[in-house]
Amino acid sequence: MYPKEIKYTKDHEWVRVNEDFAEIGITVFAEQLLGDVVFVDLPDVGEDLVQFSKFGEIESVKAVSDLFAPISGEIIEKNIDIDKFPETINNDPFHKGWLLRVKIKDNSELEQLLNLKDYEKLIDEK
Amino acid sequence: MLKNHNNNTKLLLDISNEGRRAFTLPECDVPSQEITDKDNLISNINLPEVSQLDLVRYFTNLSQKNFSIDTNFYPLGSCTMKYNPKVNDQIASLDGFSGIHPYQPQETVQGAIELLYDLQKLLGKVTGLEGVSLSPLAGAQGEYSGLLIARMFHESNGDSKRNIALVPDSAHGTNPASAKMAGLEVVTVKSDEEGNIDIENLKELANEKTAVFMITIPSTLGIFEPNILEITKIIHENGGLVYADGANLNALLGLVKLSDLGVDICHSNLHKTFSTPHGGGGPGSGPVMVNSKLKKFLPYPVAEKNNNDYNLIKPENSIGTINGFYGSFLIAVRAYSYIRSLGKNGIKSISENAIINANYIQSQLKDFYEVFSDRYCMHETVISAKKQKKNGISALDIAKRLLDYGVHAPTMYFPLIVEEALMIEPTESETKETLDNFISIMLKIHDEVTNSPEVVKNAPHNVFHKRLDEALAARNPILKWKK
Amino acid sequence: MKNKSSNNFPYIPNTDTEKQLMLDAIGVSNFVDLVKEIPAKYINPEIDIPEDLSEQDLVKLLESISSKNRSIASFDASFLGAGVYDHYVPSIVKSIVQRGEFVTAYTPYQPEVSQGTLQVGFEFQTFISEITGMDVSNSGMYDGPTAFAEACLMAVRIKRNKNIGVLHSVDEKLVDVLKTYTMFQDVNIIKIEKDQLDKDDLNLSCLAFQNPNSVGEIEDIKKITELAHKNNILAIAHVSPIYHGMYESPGKYGVDIVTAEGQSLGVPTSFGGPFIGLFASKKEYIRHMPGRIIGKTKDKDNNDAFVLTLQTREQHIRRENATSNICTSTQLISLIVTVYLATLGKYGFNELAHLCYQKAHYAASEISKIKGFEIYNKKFFNEFVIICPDYPRNINNFLLENNILGGKDVSKRINNGLMIAVTEKNSKHQIDRLINCLGNYKC
Repeated sequence: MYPKEIKYTKDHEWVRVNEDFAEIGITVFAEQLLGDVVFVDLPDVGEDLVQFSKFGEIESVKAVSDLFAPISGEIIEKNIDIDKFPETINNDPFHKGWLLRVKIKDNSELEQLLNLKDYEKLIDEK
Repeated sequence: MLKNHNNNTKLLLDISNEGRRAFTLPECDVPSQEITDKDNLISNINLPEVSQLDLVRYFTNLSQKNFSIDTNFYPLGSCTMKYNPKVNDQIASLDGFSGIHPYQPQETVQGAIELLYDLQKLLGKVTGLEGVSLSPLAGAQGEYSGLLIARMFHESNGDSKRNIALVPDSAHGTNPASAKMAGLEVVTVKSDEEGNIDIENLKELANEKTAVFMITIPSTLGIFEPNILEITKIIHENGGLVYADGANLNALLGLVKLSDLGVDICHSNLHKTFSTPHGGGGPGSGPVMVNSKLKKFLPYPVAEKNNNDYNLIKPENSIGTINGFYGSFLIAVRAYSYIRSLGKNGIKSISENAIINANYIQSQLKDFYEVFSDRYCMHETVISAKKQKKNGISALDIAKRLLDYGVHAPTMYFPLIVEEALMIEPTESETKETLDNFISIMLKIHDEVTNSPEVVKNAPHNVFHKRLDEALAARNPILKWKK
Repeated sequence: MKNKSSNNFPYIPNTDTEKQLMLDAIGVSNFVDLVKEIPAKYINPEIDIPEDLSEQDLVKLLESISSKNRSIASFDASFLGAGVYDHYVPSIVKSIVQRGEFVTAYTPYQPEVSQGTLQVGFEFQTFISEITGMDVSNSGMYDGPTAFAEACLMAVRIKRNKNIGVLHSVDEKLVDVLKTYTMFQDVNIIKIEKDQLDKDDLNLSCLAFQNPNSVGEIEDIKKITELAHKNNILAIAHVSPIYHGMYESPGKYGVDIVTAEGQSLGVPTSFGGPFIGLFASKKEYIRHMPGRIIGKTKDKDNNDAFVLTLQTREQHIRRENATSNICTSTQLISLIVTVYLATLGKYGFNELAHLCYQKAHYAASEISKIKGFEIYNKKFFNEFVIICPDYPRNINNFLLENNILGGKDVSKRINNGLMIAVTEKNSKHQIDRLINCLGNYKC
């Protein structure tokens, strides 16, 4: 169920690199750990993300977690649908439940991230 | 438990009817006065228009949709849901207590200040920490006051670099929240496998930056910290102060004094240990108690006696004013009345009975539910639904199933360091019969987990409502009446 | 005759026999075996407190203590206010608030069996939102001053600006509590004079003001709020709820956060507590709000029901990053306020405000006719300051000799100022007695 084409962090975020931008979200593992997502607090378009730094928060009914950037870059779009329907993150974390689209600053940072195999190993240990 | 036949969630504004009245005011008996700011007058504020009888029915019916101590066994861990004696409410409603104004001249409120003075004394004797201010309005305020006192103490010693609060990982959430408000950096101390403070970890963390160590006694796991004397010694040797969260003081009444354990500062929740009503979530009261060297930092006010006069004073280096007046006065009245009614022997009897009751429950449940620690507990026991989880049943499910049997659920998922925690605090108020009934219900639920898990999973079935959708409420907050 | 059996305490029911049965079941022979982890040398200390009392003796004792107080009702009249007001409390309020199901429940952690508490809290939020004209209200804070302090801290979080502006005319008590609440935090409390407001260089997170202010004067809510917003500053108003029974709500003028002392809404004066703090704000700031919030939802059968919501703001989840350390909503007092407002209802609440206004203005206009006494205020509601020909404490002592509880000495703010509060409970006869006494006062 985990897509192969994307890269993961050990904090359970993912990044998918497209032609013009990269998409950021959280994994199924994170979504299940949180339970029903009720709110996501994200920075605004135009702000910069710094790899592995906190960029926002995600809330379920009884938990709140920090979100860490898988990659540095400028935010070019926020997923406005999840404002109204935060459950999208539970329903489809890898596609419709994306959080931000960013313009990647430095492609070499991708090497710092986990591939599917390593990520699966990580969550198996949990 | 009967389902309420009137499961109607109409609100007052739904049943409001133009022109109805529940109350009349007296006629205006002074000559008519000119009104300023006429342009800003309003007369259409949207409050309900309901008859007095309908109001009485509305609120009475609502009250019947609550579980309460007066109606149900309520073993909510960490909250000490003991019987709230009726006589204390009656006394608090005396006009000489409820009908006095905080700005009256002190000579007209001598009884009130005398009572505060006497209650300070009683709480000082029970904890051994004889500097007391009754001002804090709740445990969290008492705790915040205690932390400010610690900071002021260090500053007065020219030791202002002490800015770290050491907090065990089992602590209640207010501990770190209050520490942050007091400008302290929170550093977490680990618990060992037994649930005790990890002494080695504490030794590593305690240093010249330690302002205060916050410890709950007994711990939130319901156990007494066996190394308490060593722990307080480590903190003192490093120049820090020891603050005890008094949430669990019910276990210690008359049994041991916090001062003897090396505690410098503590607070007490009068609404837990001293039987004042929880009121559906307040008002509480959280007096702060300190040893004599910290007395001068107490928050305003402290009641004092000079000859035969009672006065409210501001201590020399007081941390200041923490709320509007002198604390939850009517709550203090109730607590005073409670302590005086039980006296020296009754106070001791509280902790003894609370501890026996909790251990009795633990001993009868431990073969069926995992008990966090195979030690005798104090006034509450933390069990875990880990075993039941294998059948897909969580602590939450068990809690909800208890409601079906007319028992309020224990505290769930706290402390955070115990998986699937259920924290059970029976208090000294309950009879053996009530405890036996609870135990048999818990065993019945244990059977259901194996034989009919769906019943547990979908509980409650026969209280006022089936489970509520909490995610819906948080995703789309509706926080007031809408047409 | 007192039968000294072991079971002397009506609140501690188990007999020695039952205790022994339980100890046997636990597997210990006596109680001490259960508490062996407590250092032996400190166990069972001597505690020097009095012996127990029977209920009858207890009541007698407490009645004798209470009789050393003079209640407001024992005076011929009282004009003491300054934030705490003696209003009439309808019998239905007193009756409902005694119900054990409300009194002895706790925080509604199990909403399926706490709908009573929760629905009352939802009604409370509805009424407070309505009176303040705000989008949302929480379900109650400790008291007015702490609500005020929390509002200022909330503004600091929202604006990420550590400067808190407080109008000079705000009650010192509110500022004192704010100081204690921020003692070791990196924030500055800056007192602002009214004439500073027209300058455009205020670097503040909020501008907090009180209406009516600390000496009863009506502030220009509209103007203050506009000036704050012009500077990108949040406007915080600490208000009198009953004033807004007849005048436009602060929300109408765009105020961002409203706080108030809720005592005047049916809560006895109680020597200062327990009271309740009211706290309401614009919807956009809700996730920065402190305190408990109750929301509407559905149960599995699709019935409407109520539940604690947005709890991730609170200390039990967010710990040191919570919006506040508060973990109460002063729920029983919010029940009083809810029943009180429902009982007065739409017209009663409006009439109450007018009654207070009329009586206070009658008192002021008559006092202004007395030689040597002047009224300080230009615009006021139910409370005003008399500038006296002598020290206010001397005037108060004279009134006390005449069995009248006088006003609040505000001479620190206004030379020889005595603040007089008038409510619907003050009859014309009582007001005339005050006027008479003041007329007879000789320096």
